[in-house]
Amino acid sequence: MTELCDLTGAELAAKLRAGEITAVELAESSLRRLDAVDERLNAFLTRTPQVALERAAELDAYLSTGAPQSAVAGIPLALKDVLTTNGIRTTAGSKMLETYVPPYDCTAWTRLSGAGSVLIGKTNCDEFAMGSSNENSAYGPVHNPWDLNAVPGGSSGGSAAAVAAGEVVWSLGTDTGGSVRQPAALCGVVGLKPTYGLISRYGLIAFASSLDTVGTFTRSTRDAATLLSVLAGQDHRDATSLDTPVRDYTEGIDAGVAGMRVGVVGFGEGVQPDVAASVRAAVERLAALGADVGEVTLLHTDYGLSAYYLIAPSEASSNLARYDGVRFGYRAEGGTDVEDMMSRTRGAGFGPEVKRRIMLGTYSLSAGYYDAYYGQAQKVRTLIIRDYETAFAGYDVLVSPTSPTTAFKIGERSGDPMAMYLSDVFTIPANLAGVPAISIPSGFDSAGLPIGLQFTAPVLGESTLFRAAHALETDLGLDLRPPLLAGV
Amino acid sequence: MPVEIDIDHVAKLARLQLTVEEQASLRTQLSLILEHAAKVGEVAAQDVPPTAYAIPRSNVLRPDVPEPSIPHEAAMQNAPEADQGRFKVVRIVETGS
Amino acid sequence: MAEWETVIGLECHVELSTQTKMFCGCRVGFGAQPNTDVCPVCLGHPGSLPVPNAEAIRRIVTIGLALDCTIAPHSLFHRKNYFYPDMPKNFQISQFDLPICLGGHLDVELPGGVTKRVGITRVHMEEDTGKTTHGSASGRIHDADSALIDYNRAGTPLVECVSEPDIRSPEEAGAYIRELRATLEALDVSDVRMEEGSLRCDANVSLRPAGTEPLGTKVEIKNMNSIRSLERALTYEMARQQKALENGEAIVQETRHWDEDAGATKSMRSKEEAFDYRYFPEPDIPPLDPDPAWVEDLRAALPELPRARRERYVRMFDLKPVVADVLVGDRVSSALFEETLALEADPRLAANWITQDLAGLRNKAGAEGPNLVTARHIADLVALVAADTISGQGAKQALEDAFVTGDAIAGIVERRGLTQVSDAGALGAIVDRVLSENSEVAEQFRGGKQEVIGFLVGQVMKGSGGSANPKLAQELLRERLNG
Repeated sequence: MTELCDLTGAELAAKLRAGEITAVELAESSLRRLDAVDERLNAFLTRTPQVALERAAELDAYLSTGAPQSAVAGIPLALKDVLTTNGIRTTAGSKMLETYVPPYDCTAWTRLSGAGSVLIGKTNCDEFAMGSSNENSAYGPVHNPWDLNAVPGGSSGGSAAAVAAGEVVWSLGTDTGGSVRQPAALCGVVGLKPTYGLISRYGLIAFASSLDTVGTFTRSTRDAATLLSVLAGQDHRDATSLDTPVRDYTEGIDAGVAGMRVGVVGFGEGVQPDVAASVRAAVERLAALGADVGEVTLLHTDYGLSAYYLIAPSEASSNLARYDGVRFGYRAEGGTDVEDMMSRTRGAGFGPEVKRRIMLGTYSLSAGYYDAYYGQAQKVRTLIIRDYETAFAGYDVLVSPTSPTTAFKIGERSGDPMAMYLSDVFTIPANLAGVPAISIPSGFDSAGLPIGLQFTAPVLGESTLFRAAHALETDLGLDLRPPLLAGV
Repeated sequence: MPVEIDIDHVAKLARLQLTVEEQASLRTQLSLILEHAAKVGEVAAQDVPPTAYAIPRSNVLRPDVPEPSIPHEAAMQNAPEADQGRFKVVRIVETGS
Repeated sequence: MAEWETVIGLECHVELSTQTKMFCGCRVGFGAQPNTDVCPVCLGHPGSLPVPNAEAIRRIVTIGLALDCTIAPHSLFHRKNYFYPDMPKNFQISQFDLPICLGGHLDVELPGGVTKRVGITRVHMEEDTGKTTHGSASGRIHDADSALIDYNRAGTPLVECVSEPDIRSPEEAGAYIRELRATLEALDVSDVRMEEGSLRCDANVSLRPAGTEPLGTKVEIKNMNSIRSLERALTYEMARQQKALENGEAIVQETRHWDEDAGATKSMRSKEEAFDYRYFPEPDIPPLDPDPAWVEDLRAALPELPRARRERYVRMFDLKPVVADVLVGDRVSSALFEETLALEADPRLAANWITQDLAGLRNKAGAEGPNLVTARHIADLVALVAADTISGQGAKQALEDAFVTGDAIAGIVERRGLTQVSDAGALGAIVDRVLSENSEVAEQFRGGKQEVIGFLVGQVMKGSGGSANPKLAQELLRERLNG
């Protein structure tokens, strides 16, 4: 059965405005779909039906007065469970925070909530956002709506699957090295990682602070622009948030790519042939639409992956030090003194991937190794930024695959951390440089699994991203309803 | 070149109690990952300044104006153990740090 | 036997008295109840972020300027990573290789009029920890089985001022702290109370054979909560190290805890990984690049510093250096003195009242005591004594009264009848009575023991309830005794 929540945010906002539907009907539609499919997907860790229906009813009452309606009002939303919600359990996918109830809202939710957004629940993710498959959640893996035996990608796998399966219309994730774009690619939805600092990180449970961004999952580029218009803007609680004027990012989205200079990032043999073919085909369509297409090389991309796997764990080792069993969260029994209590708590409360990265980061920062590892990685970061500066001198936007492969099977890579890390090779450089990037579906592989294509723009070049992505999306006109929904 | 890591020392620094099995697998995995990560050293970067912040900013400060604190109950709500309005922990053994 | 030279460097932590904490809007030193001045930021909750307090930055730059430091055009916050339960994030936001203030000095007045210049290595910004109460019958950490933590203090702005190892004795260390404290008081940036922990000092101490250059192995000593205990701890530690060295033992680089009751420093269990702080730039806080014009404005706005003020008092008002020192060393006294000068009181007399009688009253009453004495009171007292309207003793009584009541001096003098009796007739009766009651003493005087006159004057004063003019009393006594 097709549900209201299978429509895009833009379509639903129009129906709400026209009085064709109510916010309560919309919330009910979302909750119905959740009931129908989430047992199979495991996309949600916490559902908030009560909160959602009450909010929707309030909103209907408010809208019936003819009051102005924001573009997100009444639209069902899910938040990745690394975004804090006041009074609603927030686990970060970890046993460490199984019972943690934050005393405050993250700024992203504060803004959406203030604009009338309806929260349906909190989504599953890799523990503390560390992973590319969602297999590192303490609450079990998320299943890909396109193939229940495949991973949805990670770390924001629950948020991606929830949007792909129509459990919500859109959702928020976080992207530190590709954690929005890669699952978006693997689940056949649009994933936006904005410029670092454009959306406040306040209330984003930190993984790697200098790389973390809040991002969006939507079923259209226009919806991504709509959400960003509400989310973007300086926050006095986040010193790294950018002082940019509030604006409507949907403006100019239809302007097309005629004359746009599009640089295709050279990619090697590690890319699945279906994926490479799909990206090449998409580039031809962009050229056909009038874009000025050329080839570009980012010289230090390979080093970028190495730098990322030093910088992110180093920051994480410090960010995750606060989980010690003293003020909140899990505490292990049997500690003989406070140091012993902390070690037991952290040994039992964290999963294997988190421990691996804490160890890696602690080692990289420790006496005698800093210069060779962390210090050198920061220099590579400078080189990555310079690569982009060079590329953007000649191009308005860059194109590459989002992920080297389509969704892989659950368990296929879980024993090999290095192979898993390599799935982020195309997404990581944008985080190192702070530039915005978006992944949109560009086709399907031979097994029918979605393929994602990534556009990257210079710092604060979101409008260019949206223009390019919207033009390609419209031209391709893909049917992105996963087979899972045929049976419901 | 494989990297030798004193797992026990690093685990102590990180306050992580590890099982023998975890220590063994971490020794192998971290060595492999660090071998790959050590590629950053291949880049000639003597004259390259380090980047700690993706987007350069400076002097982002807050006025010295009080904002409401959270209620005491909210502060203590998540405490694993509390007593007399304070967070309670097992005894602290002083170290030189 | 070799002569030893002591080398001391001091690390002082100063809590700033800003309205709010270093990285959040919670109030500083406000709540009496534990864990009430806290929020997600200073409790280290997941997802919370620090935003630095502009006023704290202004104050540390002011401190740096007062200590003749260079204000760095570019400085960074770093994370200092170590686990301790009173530190909510298990890292302290501090500064590492790029502190705000670098390379200054403090000129310290030593006894005998010698001035010593102590180098300041750096002054940097950081945050304070929470407070731990160790739960045991004795209240001591050693036999506690649990601990309770209050995070009200966590995140209070803390300035760390590190001196060069230029200090050579416990007395110099004490003088340095006093000068630093007076400087910070003059800047009005902190309460600087050692007993209450708003000024805390750790010392690095080493010994070397006199006349040699290389530094010996240094020992860090902590937990001194007054200048006196700092001096005691240093004296103890010097002797301990000297004994060890003379016995041919090596000094262990370690941290030692000063035990006030035992009067000894004690080794703290140290661990190999304890000092690996894994510093790295704090990614949540952009760098500080202070505008040079702003720094120059702050420099121009610096108040008069203790050293300059002390010199001015001696030069302009002819105060004794020791009196000037006491005045300058205490913000309340110094401010009161300045106000009294504005009322055109005699500076030397005013200074004496402020540094002696009033200081005594304040001491006795404690920091929380009343003290309603204003500059007006001091100026009036000085004037009335100079005009012989009241005696010194009467003036003391009037001051004590004003200290508690705040009443005007004229009113107190009237109410308590302190006006000096300068009427020979009225005083004569008392003099006669004193002489008849103390006939033996009078005989002694007549026998040539002139110094007993003081005792007799005292008796007259007592008999008049302090209101007699002592000069007149003596005159009348001599008249009668010699007559």
